[in-house]
Amino acid sequence: MPATARCQAAPATGIVGRVIEVRQLAKRYGQTTAVRDLTFSAGPGHVTGFLGPNGAGKSTTLRLILGLNTPTAGTATIDGRPFRDHARGLRHAGALLDAADVHGGRTAVAHLAALARSNRIPRSRVDEVLNAAGLADAARRRIGGFSLGMRQRLGIAAALLGDPPVLVFDEPFNGLDPQGVRWIRGLFRQLAAEGRTVFVSSHLMSEMEHTADQLIVISRGKLVAAESMTEFTRRTATGSLEDAFLDLTADAPGGKNQ
Amino acid sequence: MTAMTTGLARTAAEPSARFRDLLAAEWLKYRTLRSTPWSLLVATLAVLGFNVGNAWEHYIHWNMEHVAPAGFIAQGLPLLDAFGTNAALVTMIAASAIGAIAITGEFSTGLARTTFAAVPARRAVMAAKVSIITAVTTALGAVTAAASFGLTQAILSGRHAGIPISYPGALQVVAASALLAPLSALIGAAAGAIARRSAAAVAGSFVILLILPLIIRDSSRLTAVIAHALPFEAWDRLAAVPYPPGTAYPWTVTGAWIVYAAWALAAAVLAVTAVTRRDL
Repeated sequence: MPATARCQAAPATGIVGRVIEVRQLAKRYGQTTAVRDLTFSAGPGHVTGFLGPNGAGKSTTLRLILGLNTPTAGTATIDGRPFRDHARGLRHAGALLDAADVHGGRTAVAHLAALARSNRIPRSRVDEVLNAAGLADAARRRIGGFSLGMRQRLGIAAALLGDPPVLVFDEPFNGLDPQGVRWIRGLFRQLAAEGRTVFVSSHLMSEMEHTADQLIVISRGKLVAAESMTEFTRRTATGSLEDAFLDLTADAPGGKNQ
Repeated sequence: MTAMTTGLARTAAEPSARFRDLLAAEWLKYRTLRSTPWSLLVATLAVLGFNVGNAWEHYIHWNMEHVAPAGFIAQGLPLLDAFGTNAALVTMIAASAIGAIAITGEFSTGLARTTFAAVPARRAVMAAKVSIITAVTTALGAVTAAASFGLTQAILSGRHAGIPISYPGALQVVAASALLAPLSALIGAAAGAIARRSAAAVAGSFVILLILPLIIRDSSRLTAVIAHALPFEAWDRLAAVPYPPGTAYPWTVTGAWIVYAAWALAAAVLAVTAVTRRDL
């Protein structure tokens, strides 16, 4: 391999440097502050749930982590580097941000083949991820005719293309049937067990309760909790994630006290 | 479910980033849209239709106009038929729309987020996209201009009034008409990268390519200078063979080629750089 190879061989532990790190991150859009002074990290070997009410700043934070938006202040890094510094991204982090971020006129296989080609990933990998996502039969159909659940599967297939050490998913459960939900749960756990960092935003508490083992909770753009699922649910007598979440985010717009 | 068993070893062996992978990816994206062959076919047929129609008119009505072939050729009429103003307008409309939609198809759908998360080097992606747009529309322009010349002159030779490509100025008309396509496509692409919405991008390029030449006439020295800086006027200058004497504000062929180059370069730079820092 030429000297331009970007990733150093992983240390023997295989887990150092696969961390999502957010430091004093802030993002303002005009008068609106989406994220303020946000600091947290998500590490390898865990499924880290990223929770918050609607409008809490989850999607903004994920876009900042992936270098799609520029922070007003602070830093967001993957593997110690701002994501924008990578010439090619798919081998560093895979992401499903919005299942609608596709062109409906292309087939699933064309969409994935173009992404793979741009990152110099072998064409055979496209069929692997299509199979893994259960989309082999729909591979040559246009994405415009896909259900939301199929689009979610396609987005997950795209995230897996580069076999990346870090995976980021924004509301991946939306639109999935029970089989799909079960598949994703198993996939996320498997990815984490392989030593990857899996970072999943959701507002579906029941799904997160069964999927995540670490939690980052934000409300109104600010961090309100960063701890293990066990610690978090111990905050209420019922031991339910939903109760703990609603208690903690009660002051948010749409929270139970408003 | 065995797809992930390769584990994490691959990250240690990331291949170097190559621009040609981005070119191949953008070409794949372009050719896998259903609109691609249709838009190119319709544009080609429309341009050929206008030009062949002009030559056919001259052929049919030849005896009514009482012109000798030598006089017809001396007036530059074979070259006027080879690529007419209507064909130039159709070329500008089609090519600018192709260029604009190739860019806005990425941004209006949200696909840009998927693309730039996969390739954070945004300028490289846009440069690849602009390269593909330029190559496709150059091919479109070359085919339509060359076929128009061949067909129209073949028709006119039925009246002994066709000219060969070696005729003085013929190559200039064909080249200027062929390059009008990529020039218009680049202006469309720049408008697409700035506006990110198809309707706004197409409207913006139509203003530059079609509306401004209608508004700004070379009636004074000042407006002549502005008019001569417009892409359509540059084509009109290059396609005027022979250039009519007694023009109030004449300008040179070289000047018109410079206008072509300046617009193409500026549009390409805008299309590549407009999205560099933007939030998506």
